[in-house]
Amino acid sequence: MVFPGTWSDRDCAHALLDVLREPVRYIDHREQTVEGLDLVILPGGFSYGDYLRCGAIARFAPVMEAVTDFAHRGGLVLGICNGFQILQEARLLPGALLRNASCEFRCEWVHLRVEQNNSAFTLDGRPGQVLRIPISHGEGNFFADAETLDALERNGQVVLRYCASDGRVTEESNPNGSLRNIAGISNAHGNVVGMMPHPERACEPLLGSDDGLLLFRSAIHALTRVAV
Amino acid sequence: MRYRAEVFVTLKPVVNDPAGLTIRGGLHALGFESVTEVRAGKYLVLTLDESDAAQARARIEEMARQLLANAVIEDYRIELQPIGEAIAAGERPS
Repeated sequence: MVFPGTWSDRDCAHALLDVLREPVRYIDHREQTVEGLDLVILPGGFSYGDYLRCGAIARFAPVMEAVTDFAHRGGLVLGICNGFQILQEARLLPGALLRNASCEFRCEWVHLRVEQNNSAFTLDGRPGQVLRIPISHGEGNFFADAETLDALERNGQVVLRYCASDGRVTEESNPNGSLRNIAGISNAHGNVVGMMPHPERACEPLLGSDDGLLLFRSAIHALTRVAV
Repeated sequence: MRYRAEVFVTLKPVVNDPAGLTIRGGLHALGFESVTEVRAGKYLVLTLDESDAAQARARIEEMARQLLANAVIEDYRIELQPIGEAIAAGERPS
C-alpha cells in the first residue's frame, strides 16, 4: 500500500520479492479494490505528512474501504510503524500510539519477545522467542485504557513486547514508553497485526539480522494452510 | 449564517503527555518553578456556513468524532460564534 509519504514500501517489496521470491504489487492509495491479493501490507512512513495525527488522514484514502472489507473477510493485513497507526485510526486494531515518552525520534535496534503464535504473522514463532529488529519512529508509545489492555492480554492479542536480549521484559528495554512494553498486537481473529518495529529492515544477514523474515514467512505459511 | 468555530483538542487526563512534560521541564529550567503541570493540545479554527447555531454545533461534533479528535486518547471542546451572513455560491468575489 502506497500513500503519499509512505517510505518503507520498497523495503517491504524487497523482503517479499527479492528475499522470499513472492510476487508483489504496489497498491496506490487511490485504488478502489485489493482484489486478487493474499496479503496487504501498510508500510511505514509519514502518510499525508502525519498531519492532524499519524494515520488520521490515510484512513480516509479511497483504498482503505477495500482494505477494511478485506480485513473483515479474514484477509491478512500487516501494518508496520505508520501502517500500525493507520490501522488503529481505521479501528481495525485497538488503542493508539502516542508520542514517545522521551519526545525523541528513536532509530535503533531493539529486541522483541514473541508473546504468542496464534496470529497469522507469528505462526512460525514460539512464545518466548527473542527477535532482533530495528525501530524508527517518533510516535510509537502504545496506549490503551486498562480495560482494553486486559482484554488484549486475556485474548492473546499481544503479539510482540520490547524486551532485553535475554527476553526479560524490562523498563530499560522499552524504547518509547509503551504500556506493558507492547510493540505489536493483533485483532481478535489474528489476521490483522500492527507493529512499530520494521521487520522488512531485518530480512538479510547483511542488514544485521534476518529475524524479520519470521513475520513474512509466517504469513506465507498461514496462506498455504488456508489454501489446503 | 456563517460561523467561526474554535476546536480545542486535548489529551484525556489519563493519557500521559510527553510534550507537556517536556515543556514544563523547559519552563522550570527558565525559572518558572510555580508551574506544576502543562498539557499540550491542538487548536483548530473552522469557518463554516450552516442554517443556525445548533446545526453548526451538531456538524462540528460530527467532525470532531470522525476526524478532528481520536476518542481513544483525546477530548475536545467547541466554541462557536456567528460572524455574519453566509456568502452564497456565485456571489463570492473572484
